[in-house]
Amino acid sequence: MGLFETLSFAWPELVLAIGAMALLITGVFLGDKSAPQISIAAVALLVIAGALAVMAPGGSGTTSLFDGAFRVDAFSTFCKVLIYGAAAFAILMSDRYLAGEQLGRFEYPVLIILAALGMSLMVSATDLISLYMGIETQSLALYILAAFNRDSRRSTEAGLKYFVLGALSSCLLLYGASLVYGFTGATGFEEIARAAQASGPNAGLIVGLVFMISGLAFKVSAAPFHMWTPDVYEGSPTPVTAFFAAAPKLAGMALFTRVLMTSFPGAVDDWQPVIALIAVASMAVGAFSAIAQTNIKRLMAYSSIGHMGYALIGLAAGTTAGASSVLIYMAIYIAMTIGTFAIILMMRRRGGMTENVSDLAGLSRTNMPMAMIMTLLMFSLAGVPPTAGFFGKWFVFFAAVDAGLIWLAVVGAVLSAVSAFYYLRIVWFMWFDEPAPAFERDHGPALTVAAWGAALLMMPILPVFIRPLLDAAGRAAASLF
Amino acid sequence: MITESFTNEPWLTFITFAPLVGAMFIMLRRMLTRSGENGAVSADEQTQVDNAARWVALAFTSGTFLLSIGVYAVFYDPSIAGYQLVQQLPWIGAGISYKMGVDGISILFVLLTTFFMPICVLASWHSIKNRVADYMIAFLILETLMIGVFCALDLFLFYFFFEGSLIPMFLIIGVWGSKGVKEFAGVTMPSRIYASLKFFLYTLIGSLLLLVAMAWMYAQAGTTDIPTLQGFDFGAGAQKWLWLAFFASFAVKMPMWPVHTWLPDAHVQAPTAGSVVLAAILLKMGGYGFLRFSLPMFPLASADFAPFVFALSVIAIVYTSLVALAQEDMKKLIAYSSVAHMGFVTMGIFTGTEQGIEGGLFQMLSHGFISGALFLCVGVVYDRMHTREIAAYGGLVHRMPLYAFLFLFFTLGNVGMPGTSGFVGEILSMTGAFKVNSWIAFFAAFGVILSAAYALRLYRQVVYGKLDKQALMEIADVDKRELAMLGVLMAFALYLGFNPGPALDVFSPAVDLLIENYNTALAAGGAS
Repeated sequence: MGLFETLSFAWPELVLAIGAMALLITGVFLGDKSAPQISIAAVALLVIAGALAVMAPGGSGTTSLFDGAFRVDAFSTFCKVLIYGAAAFAILMSDRYLAGEQLGRFEYPVLIILAALGMSLMVSATDLISLYMGIETQSLALYILAAFNRDSRRSTEAGLKYFVLGALSSCLLLYGASLVYGFTGATGFEEIARAAQASGPNAGLIVGLVFMISGLAFKVSAAPFHMWTPDVYEGSPTPVTAFFAAAPKLAGMALFTRVLMTSFPGAVDDWQPVIALIAVASMAVGAFSAIAQTNIKRLMAYSSIGHMGYALIGLAAGTTAGASSVLIYMAIYIAMTIGTFAIILMMRRRGGMTENVSDLAGLSRTNMPMAMIMTLLMFSLAGVPPTAGFFGKWFVFFAAVDAGLIWLAVVGAVLSAVSAFYYLRIVWFMWFDEPAPAFERDHGPALTVAAWGAALLMMPILPVFIRPLLDAAGRAAASLF
Repeated sequence: MITESFTNEPWLTFITFAPLVGAMFIMLRRMLTRSGENGAVSADEQTQVDNAARWVALAFTSGTFLLSIGVYAVFYDPSIAGYQLVQQLPWIGAGISYKMGVDGISILFVLLTTFFMPICVLASWHSIKNRVADYMIAFLILETLMIGVFCALDLFLFYFFFEGSLIPMFLIIGVWGSKGVKEFAGVTMPSRIYASLKFFLYTLIGSLLLLVAMAWMYAQAGTTDIPTLQGFDFGAGAQKWLWLAFFASFAVKMPMWPVHTWLPDAHVQAPTAGSVVLAAILLKMGGYGFLRFSLPMFPLASADFAPFVFALSVIAIVYTSLVALAQEDMKKLIAYSSVAHMGFVTMGIFTGTEQGIEGGLFQMLSHGFISGALFLCVGVVYDRMHTREIAAYGGLVHRMPLYAFLFLFFTLGNVGMPGTSGFVGEILSMTGAFKVNSWIAFFAAFGVILSAAYALRLYRQVVYGKLDKQALMEIADVDKRELAMLGVLMAFALYLGFNPGPALDVFSPAVDLLIENYNTALAAGGAS
């Protein structure tokens, strides 16, 4: 394959990389007053990249590029579309917030694009080196985003914490990767799988695998590597938190899935218990720690830890059905998360943003549509039918049971009843309590669209909504192998 | 084998989703509410919205009722044992479809649901004053979900409706529940919130185990189609686990001792119409589930666990009757009596005999009318006095003769007086129990005596005696609206009491088929 033909499969990444640099230069020349225009251009870039990903010549088949380091298949396309979508919403939803906090700087959209570029590499990576490159591109952008409000102590603290712990986890990952390389002599996932198959069970390889799992678990904030999550979520500017909760989680989970399923398919019995354990720990931490939270961003942090646990149930299954359930779960999770953060961004009173759960008190009387949307989202997060969250739970439980992990599904079911409590608590604040002062009603179009759109997606009763998702996820999972 | 006829008739879908359309109308009206400069709504406008909500809700619930009666009269053939009015549409692919259909076991529950909803709307006409539109929306959505539970012929779809019905009920109890506070785990919270959370979480934990069982069944059978699953052999060992998972869900819903404790709280806190729906319909989902799933799908496990169910049922009958004797709150007393009466239902169902199962079904139907009516009776005096404490009443017969008559009738129905529908259900299920185990029937008979004790005690303290409480001096008798509601219920209870034949005829083809399949499976299981 010639260079140009090779590059033609990587159009989305090229567009994002070149576009981000162009926007950066433009921003430097025009200064911060150009932030709104740069945001729009950034969103346009993401939309173009998404369209290119869908239409790419490799979008329908499977193409390996750069000596097997980078792969374009249905799996990567599925993830890229969701990542670009989440990134676009993270930019769109930020306009009023950043303006209100005097943070309207042009770097914000550029950093989001760079992070999306890193995630794009992550979901396409089929080599330990491209994997690490993707993760670091993403992480460096995210560290800066966490500290984006550089005059705020909380925000800089969040950025620093994220950086220190993130660097540690990258070390773990890198150490694991080097062990795997050392024991197999290969960096490509398929070669690793072949070498591992040939050499049989191997303690060094397993140790390397466990280190890699630890590093990846950190990236998706699964327990016991979740410590950073609540502080970073709370300290970061809210649109950044929305972004953290959505796109990087999907990218991490996709990478996790690809690494385990394509480079260690022979060692399912070795990594399955580890993943199952991480899943149970995450669900438990998510369920029990969130109960006592009063800050809604912290609460969402624990909630996202719990949700990663559920997605990991699908991964623990180790089957194609498991991989597709992870994708379905993550797609639904992203929609729920963006919708919820849109509502959180709407929690603005005359005095500024509010972040306490109790600020939602009596919302059903002061602002019925907002309360309805939030109620739907909360029931969806709790996984109660007829909402989309229920479908997500169903598919991961099915994958687990199908793979013989009935105990894991039962534990997940019981813990999801525990976690239902704190989602219900939010519903209870909104419906049962006496109203707190009303929020401002003018939210701008982006938040309104995000909230209503998520609410619509939460009602997938008609096959038109759910079928395309299931089909796409099925194709994506099948293309892994 | 279970037959399915009349494929792709959309009638059940129409019945199920008609109330949802009504809910959308009210939502639309609510959104169009004109508000003033500062977002406040004028009192005039509010009254208009409220009245519109009431009338739309009444129109749609009555319309649904008429539609269901019409469909029953025209399209339903009671002589067919299998599923009728079946409609199947593709839904989420491979083996999970949108499939609706009814048989002799479910059709009467559909009618019971559609019948009770207009009554619930009427019962809330004046007693609900705040957020009327939201209230009616919640009730209409609840109706859709409840009808869906009884019509679903796909396990996934059933679960969808079954658990979905928690949401509106959660809001109904939590928003429109009564006042009062409760101390729980060191936190003081309004007791309606405590009750609604308890209701939701109890039921959710049970249902989630069902979800896992359902996933396993889907993995094995490749489908969640109920008729297919009823003919699928899961093997004796797996049946036990599946049965337990389903039991966890239905026993909580039923509710059976010892997982019944959410019910008294929910009943006491719910508004009158909420209690009526809870007692008349929501509890029936548990019994319906046993008949639709546990018995036909896991016959071997059902037979194995029958003694266990009998034990729990008898404990429920005797113990909760004793608890009912000690209650000081009218609604709580009726709630405990509901648990006792549901004990007869579970006992009857798991005898696996024709009398037992038909008795259980009949008891559910009759309990729907009678306990629904009793909660309405409590609602009548609660609307006037705003207390449910038994001690706050006494001598009502002097001021409310008509009320005293109606209340007496339903009290006797609750006791199981011959001539009321309560008698038929109890005697049938006890006959069924006698065939299987006479000791069970012997202990269950105590429940009948005890029910007379607590029900008549309640009646005596509330209605008889001297009218010496100052607050009661001006209390007014039942008005036309209340009379109409209670009168209709009384007519049904009397009719079913004197002439249970028609209802039993509707049950019997489906029940016969169920028993036949059950016995075949037991014989095959015993032989292998």
